[in-house]
Amino acid sequence: MNVVYTDNNATTKVADEVIEEMLPYFGELYGNPSSMHTFGDTVNKKIKQARARVADLINADPEEIIFTSCGTESDNTAIDSAIKAYPNKKHIITSNVEHPGIKNFYQHLQKDKGYEVTFIRVDTKGLLDLDLLYKSMSDDTAIISLMWANNETGVLFPIEEIAKKAQEKNILFHTDAVQATGKVEIDVKKTGVDMLSLSGHKIHAPKGVGVLYVKKGVKFSPFLIGGHQENGRRGGTENSVSIIGLGKACELAKENLPIMNTIVRELRDYLQNQLLEKIPSSSVNGDLEQRLPNTVSIGFDAVEGESILLMLDREGICASSGSACTSGSLEPSHVLMAMKIPFKSAHGSIRFSLSHYNTKQEMDHIVSAMVPTIQKLRDMSPFWKDGKVV
Amino acid sequence: MWEYTDAVKDHFLNPRNVGELEGANAIGEAGSLNCGDALKIFLKINENERIVDASFMTFGCASAVASSSALTEILKGMTLTDAAKLTNEDISDYLGGLPKAKMHCSVMGQSALKKAIADYRGIQILQKPGEIVCECFEVTDLEIIDAVKTNKLETTDDVTDFLKAGGGCGNCLERIEELIESVKTKG
Repeated sequence: MNVVYTDNNATTKVADEVIEEMLPYFGELYGNPSSMHTFGDTVNKKIKQARARVADLINADPEEIIFTSCGTESDNTAIDSAIKAYPNKKHIITSNVEHPGIKNFYQHLQKDKGYEVTFIRVDTKGLLDLDLLYKSMSDDTAIISLMWANNETGVLFPIEEIAKKAQEKNILFHTDAVQATGKVEIDVKKTGVDMLSLSGHKIHAPKGVGVLYVKKGVKFSPFLIGGHQENGRRGGTENSVSIIGLGKACELAKENLPIMNTIVRELRDYLQNQLLEKIPSSSVNGDLEQRLPNTVSIGFDAVEGESILLMLDREGICASSGSACTSGSLEPSHVLMAMKIPFKSAHGSIRFSLSHYNTKQEMDHIVSAMVPTIQKLRDMSPFWKDGKVV
Repeated sequence: MWEYTDAVKDHFLNPRNVGELEGANAIGEAGSLNCGDALKIFLKINENERIVDASFMTFGCASAVASSSALTEILKGMTLTDAAKLTNEDISDYLGGLPKAKMHCSVMGQSALKKAIADYRGIQILQKPGEIVCECFEVTDLEIIDAVKTNKLETTDDVTDFLKAGGGCGNCLERIEELIESVKTKG
């Protein structure tokens, strides 16, 4: 069975060009980039090229790029560095829709380290309450950290505007751009963020590699203390193969950015409109305009997400749900709850996230699988009668 | 991906006895739209107090659908006296087991069945006995104590897996811990 992959906000296919770029370094070119000999230096030169390619994608300088193991490490490092740099400041600002990779770190800081963390709310469209954000900034704020784009809904926060305010008040500003990278234009010089996280496997590089951009002049303190690698900012022998892959992926992401904002956006809109048109009592979660071009989250009333996903799985379709019916979290996702999406559609929310590898035929396949799936589940549901929610 | 048994997958993809049952004389409901799963069962009981037919309507995950389907299959042909003795474990066993985090689906089946029997006997369950501990999922202290004893639960996570209690806002987790301790010490 052919796989229709529309779960690109979870992870992406490693691009063929990326694999090709990495292969020699899996095999004969295994040298340690820190070695004195030419053999190791070959790898070092290639990492240098990768660093330049990453920097080019976000308009940074190569020395502002620190390679890490993943987005979570980059996020944790940014917050940890800020609180070490400003030990007297005991306040952090973030939002209530952040990724668990950073959300749980705040809980640790609150519980174990005595930090006050302000979680700025979002409205029903998933847009940030900017008034509240600006009012919450104070001399005691060590760092503001906000995601550029939400992984579940694709909703974008006005990072440039917020960065300006943070700069005016002299507060460090970090953004988690894991979902935004390769989908919207990122220019750190123009935006003026102090730190930015991105992750390889969301942009067609392999898993296990991420980046933390740290603006020149920003006080930095390492999270992983070890050797001299990454200019003493991140210890541990470089994951050279994945870093080389990430470099290539960044080069491709830059090339593909126009495709993402035309062809992929049109495919996403086509899928969204077809589903809304053919399935009654369905609605998009999140703002329609301030949104990533590849993501759509739709709530289907009176049915439950896991059931939908398992039926789609039978048709080879990969998507993800906004509900997590597991022991620890019986409520729908914290993102949909923060947006006050009603339970009747939150439990039945499905996220489709596309890439430039998707085709119109695939979108048609999804629509033709979704229509009977939702119908079958609604026929079974005690909350659905005569074509509407009861 | 959940690790479901072939029986769970089969009952989810090909659910038995779906829909309202014409001539049903006992109906029981459990769960709610807010909880993320809900079940309504319909029973037709004859003059000898034997269940001659059963059906269900379910909103929920795959194991909720499968548990409901299994329950109706188990109940068909059973006397009301035997049906009253059914436990959530009987439902889970019928399906070759459920993932631990999904045990609450079988508990929901048992709970809807209890209500259907009460409905048939004309007993009104006005209020659940005991005191509500988990506000999110309306679970009482007596229900928690009963589940801890019957299923030998040891942690708050276990209780959440079986009853959902504590899985919402989490405010009642301390109280659940106290109840587990009290069962351990008093037995």
